Amino acid sequence: MKKDFLKILGVIVLLTMVFAACAPKPTAAPTQAPTEVATEAPVASTTEAPAEAAVPNCGTEPVVLNAYFETGFDIPFKLAEEFTRQYPNVTWDIKQDQFANLITTTPLLLSGENAPDLLRLPTMVTFAKDGLLMNLDHYAEVFGWNDWPVPQLNQNRVAADGTRGSGSLYAMGLNYSLTGVFYNKELAAQIGMTEPPKTLAEFDALLAAAKEAGLQPIMMWGSAKSGMGLAFPLQQLMAAYGPVGPINDWIFNKPGATIDTPSNLLAAQHLERWIKAGYFPADINAIEYTDAAARFGAGEGVFTFNGDWQNAGYDTTMPGNVGFFLMPPLEAGGAPAAMSAPLTFGIAAKAKNADCAAFFLNWVATNDEARKINVNIGGSNPGGPLGAVMPAAAEGSVTNETLAAGPVVGAAGNSMDFIANATSAIFAQGWTPELQKMVAGQQDAAGLLKAVQAEYLRELGQ
Amino acid sequence: MDKFESISSTEKTMSEISNDTPALTQNRRIFPHGKIRREHLISWSFVLPALFMYALFVLVPLVLSVFYSFFRWNGVGPMTWVGLKNYFTIVQFPNLFGSIFNAFKLIIFFSFIPVGLGLVVASVINRMATGRLGSIARTVIFLPQVIPLVAAGIIWGWLLALPGLVNELLRLVGLGSITRAWLGDFNWALPSVGVIGVWVLLGFCTVLLVTGMTKVDPALYESARIDGANWFTEFFNITIPLLKHEIGVCLTVTVINALSAFDIVWVSTAGGPGNATSVPGIQIYILGFSQRSVGLASALAVMLMILVLIVILPIQRLTRETAK
Repeated sequence: MKKDFLKILGVIVLLTMVFAACAPKPTAAPTQAPTEVATEAPVASTTEAPAEAAVPNCGTEPVVLNAYFETGFDIPFKLAEEFTRQYPNVTWDIKQDQFANLITTTPLLLSGENAPDLLRLPTMVTFAKDGLLMNLDHYAEVFGWNDWPVPQLNQNRVAADGTRGSGSLYAMGLNYSLTGVFYNKELAAQIGMTEPPKTLAEFDALLAAAKEAGLQPIMMWGSAKSGMGLAFPLQQLMAAYGPVGPINDWIFNKPGATIDTPSNLLAAQHLERWIKAGYFPADINAIEYTDAAARFGAGEGVFTFNGDWQNAGYDTTMPGNVGFFLMPPLEAGGAPAAMSAPLTFGIAAKAKNADCAAFFLNWVATNDEARKINVNIGGSNPGGPLGAVMPAAAEGSVTNETLAAGPVVGAAGNSMDFIANATSAIFAQGWTPELQKMVAGQQDAAGLLKAVQAEYLRELGQ
Repeated sequence: MDKFESISSTEKTMSEISNDTPALTQNRRIFPHGKIRREHLISWSFVLPALFMYALFVLVPLVLSVFYSFFRWNGVGPMTWVGLKNYFTIVQFPNLFGSIFNAFKLIIFFSFIPVGLGLVVASVINRMATGRLGSIARTVIFLPQVIPLVAAGIIWGWLLALPGLVNELLRLVGLGSITRAWLGDFNWALPSVGVIGVWVLLGFCTVLLVTGMTKVDPALYESARIDGANWFTEFFNITIPLLKHEIGVCLTVTVINALSAFDIVWVSTAGGPGNATSVPGIQIYILGFSQRSVGLASALAVMLMILVLIVILPIQRLTRETAK
């Protein structure tokens, strides 16, 4: 009997080693009663701002900002360096982690004793709802963030019902990325492209010409390891066929929102036609993000859908040979649309130096030197107030083209968050597997939208 | 606190038992009573640190997982009791439940092939490649166990890619028509992950079986050979029957590896394409850490554990009987 028990025990040991890793840490248990989401300016109590008129700053006493950044992205580190140069009383205690690890550790960091003053936020709604993130409405008021061009802050707002896009401000963007179509200038010239296409039909004609010429029309990634890249062209097509409002509503989890709309169906059918026409690589389901960027850089692919975070990479692998245009609208003269997401940073509700952290966030968007760092290292728009000077990027850099495209999208009010961000697992559980099936001919346009909507409702119901 | 109470009560029962054991009673006549108690204390002091770690990192998470599986919880906010709803959700959604079927398919690659092939390789090493050659062969076959899986996964990703070495070799021998992105193909992704599993686990099985074979009395083989037995007869009539215990251990470990697979799958396909290689380990990770549905993830983990026990216990029983 004893032996028997030991064997079972042995099995359990091996098993639980797997589970132990998956089981949530007991320390993650709710340490505080979930506070109601404060929608009305509640902040005066949490900050030391003595008078309403005083603008929060870092003072003159030594301050150590406790920060948590994402590994592999230089921008926050460089900005922190420059900030200390300008404000020598502020030094940094920076810890860093991979994005995937940040997803798992953020709740622990926020609820822990030494809560960060400034941290890269992988997601936001849960933490805002649970009262772990500082409500930034007060800072928005005193720094004048509310007067900045609207779409910048919207994605960082969380309403009382947990929907994003409106309500109280819980984070700020260090910069704002922009997506669109990158192209290989040499190959584009080969297929007779003299200027970026003005309509979707013109773009279709270029793709057909590339296929005809024996070139790879579009380079894209699709492995589950980096997530299915076809979500990029799909969302761009959705915005070409229909208004961006309902797409954003869906991403922001507005009640009753659905991705399964008639115009989105047309978009998904368009993508299906591209797949069937062989415009994407045959092995797309096995291509990872970095492979796709490398293969595009090596001349495989006339076009690729990506965002301006890749600018520096493209400038390095194919200097002077890469161009950018926004996904063309359906009709000539229509307004182009693009996905544009902030590089989100927040302040813990329990942060010790919240004022200084907020001052830093304001400085990033308004200080000339900081804006230069943002453009030259990040390749993205630093945002900030209307009329802020846009620093020039290096001559011949594709960053000049993406920066020029930003205001076009902004003026049209056609910027969207990414459909992969609607829920925390919709990319892994919805878009990626269903689009991979579509590539393999196992899913059609209508089925794709239905399956993703079902997964969306399941996740929201959890 | 309960833990310590139960330990001290176990101690009491053990000393009671020892009172009835003749050998120990004899000891007691020689040594004073206090010495026995001290010996118990010493032995427990050796066990306690390990027991403490085991309880902290194995038993507590195990019990917590079962507990969480009855709640809706995002890991931070309030917990809501939902009873068995998480379990029903798993059965209802093919993405989640289907992952369990994939795990069973992996048993073929993670268990049957490594054990079968391991037997053949071990018996070849044992019979033909003794001495230096044998140890080189053992080392080479065991090497995958030593290489970090993440590194191995990346290398296999390159080998099996469309422009990778495997397809180059196929083209070289005129099989260009069957080349494909092996890890991105709906039909071939799972077998390809399986091949990586075979590569990893073959060494473990082979080394274990070779060790078992060295225990077999060479006289048995000798007399069989005198009777005119060839390699096959020896293999099926001597090697396999006498290695049942080792085969049982191999099967147990590899079946658990297959059903609770995570690392090999995560680094090679992350569950794709579609859900072709999605296994419970992957789903538990995504549910728990990406989706923050801790209750649902725990429910799937508990279901997986029960399934593993259902599969493993008969194997254990079988090998125990044969061992007798």
